[in-house]
Amino acid sequence: MNGFEPYPEIGFMQQAWHHLAVFWSFEDINATWVLIGSLLLGMSASVIGAFAFLRKRSLLGDALAHAALPGVMMAFLLSGSRDAEVIFFGALLSSLLGFWIIDWLPKNTKIKPDAALAITLSFFFALGLMLLSYIQTSEMANKSGLDKLLFGQAAAITEDDIQLLIWVTSIVLLTVLVFFDKFRLISFNRLYAKTLGVHVKFYEVLLAIMIVLSVVVGLQLVGVVLMAAILLTPIAAARFWSHQLSTLLILAALFGAISASLGAQISYVAPAMPTGPWIVVSLSILFFISFIFAPQQGLLKRYLDYRQLKQRVVQENILRTLYKLLEREHFQRNHFTLAEITALRSVSTADLTRSIQRLIKKHLISEKSNGYSLSEEGLLKAIKLTRRHRLWESYLSQHADLNSEQVHQQAERIEHILNKEQEEQIVAELMEQLDPHGAPIPKLPSQNLRETKNK
Amino acid sequence: MSNQIPLQVEQLSIRYHHKPVLTDVSFSVPAGKTVAIIGPNGAGKSSLLKGIMGLTPVIQGNALFYGKPLAEKRLTTAYVPQREEIDWDFPIDVMDVVLMGRHGQLKFWQRPSQSDREIAEQALKDLQMWDFRERQISQLSGGQQQRVFLARALAQQASLYLMDEPFAGVDVATEKAIIELFKQLKAKGNTVVCVHHDLNTVSEYYDYVVLINSRLIAAGPTDEVLTQDNLNKTYGGRLSLLNDLTEQMYRSRLDNAHDSD
Amino acid sequence: MSSFDLADWLLDIWILATASLVAASCAMVGVFLILRRQALMGDAISHSVLLGIVLAYLISGSNSLWVMLLGAVTIGLITAWLSESLHKVSRLQSDASIGIVFTLLFSIGVILVSLYTGQIDLDQECVLYGEIAFVPFDTIIWGDMETGTDIGPRAFWLILIVFLIVLISITLGFERLKTVTFHPSLALSLGISIPFWHYFLMTLVSMTTVASFDAVGAILVVALLIIPAASAYLLAKSLKSMLWLAVLYSQLSVWIGYALSYWLNSSIAASIAVSAGLLMIVTLLIMQIRKVQQKRHYLQQLNTEQA
Repeated sequence: MNGFEPYPEIGFMQQAWHHLAVFWSFEDINATWVLIGSLLLGMSASVIGAFAFLRKRSLLGDALAHAALPGVMMAFLLSGSRDAEVIFFGALLSSLLGFWIIDWLPKNTKIKPDAALAITLSFFFALGLMLLSYIQTSEMANKSGLDKLLFGQAAAITEDDIQLLIWVTSIVLLTVLVFFDKFRLISFNRLYAKTLGVHVKFYEVLLAIMIVLSVVVGLQLVGVVLMAAILLTPIAAARFWSHQLSTLLILAALFGAISASLGAQISYVAPAMPTGPWIVVSLSILFFISFIFAPQQGLLKRYLDYRQLKQRVVQENILRTLYKLLEREHFQRNHFTLAEITALRSVSTADLTRSIQRLIKKHLISEKSNGYSLSEEGLLKAIKLTRRHRLWESYLSQHADLNSEQVHQQAERIEHILNKEQEEQIVAELMEQLDPHGAPIPKLPSQNLRETKNK
Repeated sequence: MSNQIPLQVEQLSIRYHHKPVLTDVSFSVPAGKTVAIIGPNGAGKSSLLKGIMGLTPVIQGNALFYGKPLAEKRLTTAYVPQREEIDWDFPIDVMDVVLMGRHGQLKFWQRPSQSDREIAEQALKDLQMWDFRERQISQLSGGQQQRVFLARALAQQASLYLMDEPFAGVDVATEKAIIELFKQLKAKGNTVVCVHHDLNTVSEYYDYVVLINSRLIAAGPTDEVLTQDNLNKTYGGRLSLLNDLTEQMYRSRLDNAHDSD
Repeated sequence: MSSFDLADWLLDIWILATASLVAASCAMVGVFLILRRQALMGDAISHSVLLGIVLAYLISGSNSLWVMLLGAVTIGLITAWLSESLHKVSRLQSDASIGIVFTLLFSIGVILVSLYTGQIDLDQECVLYGEIAFVPFDTIIWGDMETGTDIGPRAFWLILIVFLIVLISITLGFERLKTVTFHPSLALSLGISIPFWHYFLMTLVSMTTVASFDAVGAILVVALLIIPAASAYLLAKSLKSMLWLAVLYSQLSVWIGYALSYWLNSSIAASIAVSAGLLMIVTLLIMQIRKVQQKRHYLQQLNTEQA
């Protein structure tokens, strides 16, 4: 068995930089091929993996990659050659057999789909390892390097492998391009596709073959064990950025290509390093970056939105409280102290003053020596909010059979999101214009009313 | 205990992602009666039961069992879920399923005792399933499977039974067995609350009706509540504005952002 | 010469004993994974346990049994928890989040192994195959290093401890595990805590995989977890019989696999896993043939009745 060389401690970094320089100077023709190959593989695996993901079969690729192993070993055992084509053919056959078993088991026995996947994966993998150990203890020539299929080894790749890789990935990408609409349809809604007269079975098998092709051709680079990640993680990461399938696929392809080429480079620079794990780590980093920072659905954005909403709610509540106070004073006094506000709204004083400062900045209220007062603009906004609150209260109490406390609770929340059309709809469906607590629903001041007030 | 209200639901709200499934449902159920929960498909009937039993998260509101929260009254409450929920290929026989009803009384290391077995035996006999006690559950018909579930609930010896569509897809014999069971339970002063979907049989099987469609429409004795007017309200479509806005509220996460005053 | 034979024979005994315990523990835990439809979680944990072992070794600098167990259980539970949280927070499908989490953890494990090859007692090979053939040579000395007595292989004692833990846990918690597995919502309505028993099971899975690691490696253990239990699932009529059948299947796999590896000169661990698969195929074949026969019998009966 070939043990792995521990790294020479000294000069390792210099050596690494040197390798990297060679890699990117395109002087080493093999390095260039590896780069092109890994880019293409990253793209095709991510794109085809996206469809598996959308069809809720995320780990199918994992099982199919494991299932390829005994085919590779069998092909080598029978032919005695390590030609890329021979190995490819063997892997293809056993992967397809694996696919068939995964499909057959749940349909014909009690075994559930998840177990079928795990059974196929582990049985085929064990078979592959058994054959591999048999080959390694046997007298066969040319046997070294077969174990590199497990974790991938970019540096060990041959030109033959790369050529095959380029052919196959191009075919996969082209197929996706041609059948994009059909693939989307069956991924989105299989049964509906059937009612349309689409030959669903055909496209499913085609899709499966494409997955198998990508997996099999990627074994040298990514390895059997971690193939799952390159099919699954790019699309999972892309999903945070867009809802458009075509954009998703392009993004996934980009993520896959970046990570695959990164992994290939690392493995090229440090030949004892397996490629697969590095690809997975860089993919995972991309995934977590997307998960946290994506502009629409990222965790951070969701948190910021939430905070903004919270601030808006507090501010709007202050405006409405000021209006309530104004109403209580029969519109005779328009300046109120903090104490008066907190008497009606239980907000912490720190929160309240902070929000009031923001409102002042927006010119919705103004600070006077004797307290805070609503500005013209603020008054308008407060009227609008109060109107919505009370409209919704009366709507609820007339239509939903709730008591006035429940009604108030609901209206407290809904007032912040009610828009103009909904407001009109409520008015149309309302029978009386008093809220259930007896307070009048303020009308929006019309233009001339504002003018008279200005005088 | 019998003079208390077996089940009281207060302002229960449930959502699925952002969709409001139930909003502000409050009602209470009288002791010793059979109660039907009725409403159109997707009105949240099953969710209501699950919310009451704490099987699905509720965003607001609670349910009281004889005036206490569920945790204190588990042993007096038995729940019969829909049949589709479980894996009927599971390697287990009828007797074992029914014995599961006794687990509430046992510590985790304890095994069912002889008296537990006798209780299970009686429950199986009550539902005419004793002869099937050694069958594996996959070998039962749909109606028989339902009766096993009912026997299990019976073995819990509860005083309040919550059942999710017990009559769905069962044969005539099972239907009769269930009605017989209702009579028995009522005779013992127990309360049965069922999700029910067949309007034709409601007044025959149940004393009390809860009409829901996303919200509570009406609740009360069958002859008072089961009016054409109420049925129209229940089945005549939802208050779309109400649901739209509630959904919008959940989506914007306003319900969390809002300070409670 | 005869004493040499005896030593050889002793080696075989140690290997077989270790393999039997590994297979039996895996089979018992696997039964619950199959029934709870968490086969993939078993797959995930068995992969990520590698990281637990490497980290435990790197941090503590020792490879004592307890440190390994602790590291593996911690990472196993983290895997389960992370997959679940990712599924909840990001709304990815649960199998997708499992896939993302375990491939990452496993990758970090493999990278660490390659970085520290030579410095730790692990390499990529043993991650895959385990080294059951070398198990008898890594022994525990009881007492003083020089005067103490050799009490047998480390891996054997580790799996024996775990086997006993699994056996006792399943025996004690049998009724609860049955209820939680068969009908989670009933269990919940009876006041049984689902998360507790879920993580309890995940702890057992982690312990079993780490104890099996020396013998069969990180990936073949999946075969031993899932395949005997799945074969038993095909036949069993009760949970108890499923557990017994799974253990029976696992023991048969060990014996057949051991013979197979001797005959082909192949990896013992891989051969055991392959035998488990072969036994399942045989079971499936017999079941299918009987199904066809029953159908034919039924048709014949129909024909005679008509005639």
